[in-house]
Amino acid sequence: MTALLLLDGVACIRGDRLLFEGLSLTLNRGDALWLRGPNGAGKSSLIRLAAGLLRPAAGTVTRRERIALIDEASALDPELPLRRALDFWARIDTVDGHALGRAMDAMALGNLADVPVSMLSTGQRKRAGLVRVIASGAPIWLLDEPANGMDEAAQARLITAIATHRANGGAVLLASHFALGVPDMAELDMGALA
Amino acid sequence: MTALLALFWRDLRRAWGSGALWLPVVFFLLVATAFPFAVGPDAPLLAKTGGGMVWVAALLAALLPIDRLVRPDRDAGVLDQLAVRGFSDELIAAVKIAAHAIGFGLPLLVALLPAAALLAQDGARVATLATGLAIAIPALAALAVLSAALTANLKGGSAIGGLLVLPLAVPLLIFGAGMLDPSGRGAVKLLAASSLLLTAIGPFAAGAALRGLRE
Repeated sequence: MTALLLLDGVACIRGDRLLFEGLSLTLNRGDALWLRGPNGAGKSSLIRLAAGLLRPAAGTVTRRERIALIDEASALDPELPLRRALDFWARIDTVDGHALGRAMDAMALGNLADVPVSMLSTGQRKRAGLVRVIASGAPIWLLDEPANGMDEAAQARLITAIATHRANGGAVLLASHFALGVPDMAELDMGALA
Repeated sequence: MTALLALFWRDLRRAWGSGALWLPVVFFLLVATAFPFAVGPDAPLLAKTGGGMVWVAALLAALLPIDRLVRPDRDAGVLDQLAVRGFSDELIAAVKIAAHAIGFGLPLLVALLPAAALLAQDGARVATLATGLAIAIPALAALAVLSAALTANLKGGSAIGGLLVLPLAVPLLIFGAGMLDPSGRGAVKLLAASSLLLTAIGPFAAGAALRGLRE
């Protein structure tokens, strides 16, 4: 099976601190891996390495498909209504409006389409970020603390979205300091690597 | 191409919507208004020195909104999302330069008319100023985006940014103001060469600075 995401002997140094080294992992179609561990363990750094936003101090990162990323920043223009803010990314991803509408419905954001992003709660912005990820159609999802600020109903929608994505042949690398209850998901304890 | 246009229009909309457009234009007009008070009621002196003042004001006006050119996108994660989608930093910088050149350049040329009237510039000199500014605006935009990218991680970066790129803009000032001198026939070619060089280098230098923001 061809791996979608492959990290081979990767090391990461932030500032003067070695976060981890010799880390290897493979994500095939349908795989999901939960990066767990305390704050500062390097979960977000590993996500950024996988996304290509950081260069590894050693080792190689191979991405064989497009990726979609959620991190702490929403990347949505705060002055725009939610739908227009998401429309920008749909144009960047060359996604049609129907796909975006379906993704908004999946995250129960259809009724907030006309609300300015600046008026949304943290959980709603996280859901909006997930809409962008779903609508992008990227096979590799990199989710950094995607459930922060989400209520239980939103977390359930997140879990459903992950399951659907995996069933469609996608892969998920998820960093979270608490268990989300995603079924059949491998774990990597980042705290043990430090 | 659709994605690039979306990026370009977004930058333009944010410039016009957030006031980043009007700030440099108002500054430009304020300088043109204040300068005659400083020179006094000597119309020939004003006409002779006003053209140079237009160039200084245009340069400073271009650098005024640098806080809004890169930092908000860095803070909001927009640059990361674009990088994840495979946009090169150089391409992002080039789009930002184009949007800034249009966003502030066109209104600046319109504002030149009242500014030139305030500075006692005759029709021929206004035409020369407009030509010179039109040639220099892409380079001024490139310097502004470069400055914004270099200082996006710094508090109070706009002041430092101005100091960083001001020396690079000196050729534009010299040759642009030189066009107003009847004996300076070659100035327009040198201005165009300077502007072309800075505009060509701008996306690569600013792109490298954008890449540095992620490390």
